[in-house]
Amino acid sequence: MDAVAHAPPVEHGPSLRQRLAARGFDAVTLLVVPAAIFSLLLFVYPFAFGFVLSFEPKAGGDWLANYRRFFSDAFLYDTIANTLWLAIPVTLVNLLLAIPIAFRVRLMRNQRLLTTLLVLPITLGTVLVAEGLLNYLGPQGWFNRTLMTFGLISQPLKLVHNYWGVFASLVITGFPFTFLLTLSYVTGIDPALEQAAATLGASAWQRFRHVYLPLLMPGLAITFCLSFVQAFSVFPSAVLLGEPAGSTRVISIAAAQAAFEEYDYSMGSAIAMIMGFVQLGIVVAVLASRGLFYRGPASGAKG
Amino acid sequence: MTIALSQFDEVRLDRVSRDFGALNALRDVSLTIRRGEFIALLGPSGCGKSTTLNCIAGLLPVTGGAIWLDKNRVDTLRPEERGFGMVFQNYALFPHLNVRQNIGFGLKMRGRSKSEIDRKVDEALNLVRLQGQENKLPGQLSGGQQQRVAIARAIVIEPPLVLMDEPLSNLDAKLRLEMRAEIRRIHNELGATTIYVTHDQDEALSLADRIVVLRDGVVRQVGAPKELYEAPAHFDVADFMGFRNKLKGRVIAIEGDRTVLDVEGARISGVARERVSVGSTAYAAIRSDDLEVGEAGPNAIAATVDTIEYRGREFVGTAHSAGGLDFVFRSHVPVELGSQVHLRTEDERILVFAEPVQGRQ
Repeated sequence: MDAVAHAPPVEHGPSLRQRLAARGFDAVTLLVVPAAIFSLLLFVYPFAFGFVLSFEPKAGGDWLANYRRFFSDAFLYDTIANTLWLAIPVTLVNLLLAIPIAFRVRLMRNQRLLTTLLVLPITLGTVLVAEGLLNYLGPQGWFNRTLMTFGLISQPLKLVHNYWGVFASLVITGFPFTFLLTLSYVTGIDPALEQAAATLGASAWQRFRHVYLPLLMPGLAITFCLSFVQAFSVFPSAVLLGEPAGSTRVISIAAAQAAFEEYDYSMGSAIAMIMGFVQLGIVVAVLASRGLFYRGPASGAKG
Repeated sequence: MTIALSQFDEVRLDRVSRDFGALNALRDVSLTIRRGEFIALLGPSGCGKSTTLNCIAGLLPVTGGAIWLDKNRVDTLRPEERGFGMVFQNYALFPHLNVRQNIGFGLKMRGRSKSEIDRKVDEALNLVRLQGQENKLPGQLSGGQQQRVAIARAIVIEPPLVLMDEPLSNLDAKLRLEMRAEIRRIHNELGATTIYVTHDQDEALSLADRIVVLRDGVVRQVGAPKELYEAPAHFDVADFMGFRNKLKGRVIAIEGDRTVLDVEGARISGVARERVSVGSTAYAAIRSDDLEVGEAGPNAIAATVDTIEYRGREFVGTAHSAGGLDFVFRSHVPVELGSQVHLRTEDERILVFAEPVQGRQ
């Protein structure tokens, strides 16, 4: 064994910069910094602050006192049910309205005009919509007067300052958002798939049921979550159009009362945390159900 | 093979028209397709071939004329009521369904029993040679496999008519030849009446029993591949059939069945395919395969060689004449770039056409 032992050539591994780049970190990554600072200052810090504050009850007691108080007082814990009872039906109604309209609009030439009209309510803001609805649906409003003029009702219907007033307002302000999201998912599906299904003998309903719906489900789940979160945090319309001491005493009202009427920021924070966890629970449940559906590209072509 | 296609005698297009606003995408297209025939609709893009197919499938309403399946008028039916199988250019496979579910989709929509669906899908999988792939999603298949699924899905419903919209245009060159042979094989096995849209004359020539050449929404010529290849009826059909040399000249004499043109001083005599008169402008069309380097003399025109490509058994070159005509020719011997050559061919290889009317005809 007289093999010459060559010194192994000095191996230069890739530089630090190359190794970072291989993991997706390079100078461009720095562009994340402003957004990170922004979310740290305006979201993470206040959230963490509120989270900690919620465990420091104003009235003293142990660290869970606020939570215990919330879940032992029906006036407080009922707000969860009240809010869900508004937010879930409103979101479902919005979604169920948005799907057929999106299917129709998808085929229209003047999509732009209609989309603009539908987006207007977003720009109006909840307070203006509430004002309008108070006048329109109120006992002396056009709606009741028209019905009475035609003799359809003898007494004005009570449509504001109760559940239905808030419901109507949430549908009006939430629909455009739900619709636009739904429209983008619907138009993202290759129309050739529907044509293929038609040539294979599928009726319009079968095409929706077997082609569109399965491909839309993941998008509809996301739309549901975003619309739900928006409706769940209802505040102005619940106060202006609802019955803030009764059926539409939503969780955000409870939090506002604790914080700004009783000046108990700690309790207010605890309620806000509970609100956050209820939302999170629903959103996680809905998003997890997406795993049951196909989630690849919605096109019949080779990508 | 128990995939049995519905029985009928003929599909008849009777003066079918389709307007898009002011544009006539199709004008008075009449065509009779007999059972078992393989018809290719051939033409450049925008000629109306896909429009014709979509009108037959029911994906586009016709704006004039009628479509008949024997004695039944079908152009008023919705696509799902026509029951024609269609293969789409981008395959249009359902991305959320596996191969088996994709192929069985049409049978399921028809409410067939599970055992019948399973049996027929198995047969279709055998026919397109996709056994073992049935549980994959379309996204996991190669382009050629996706195309096979699309074909299986269209024929498993046993349609009277199979419509194919440029089915090979998304495949690479090698796969295209392979799938072309597959389509021919499947057609031979099933005898399915097929309308096949393509812009590729080779595909049309090799697959079809009859070719329909469309241009600007009008049928220009219908005939067997050999007929179209050897005797195109119009200048534009010739252009599409590979007559790449178009020599503009003036008719100086008509001698029996030969028409003589003066092309930049050269005397070119060929066979007239359209009526021309002495003194009028006409075109001599010559296939690039037929134009060879030769001696000066009759049917020869002087040109300067611009490019020359080695193609294995021969060379293919381009050249231009002093008067600015461009040529594509072949040669068995290498030719120097920039050299002066005489390009020539036989009388019977030259077709003479009248000057085409400009614009839409």
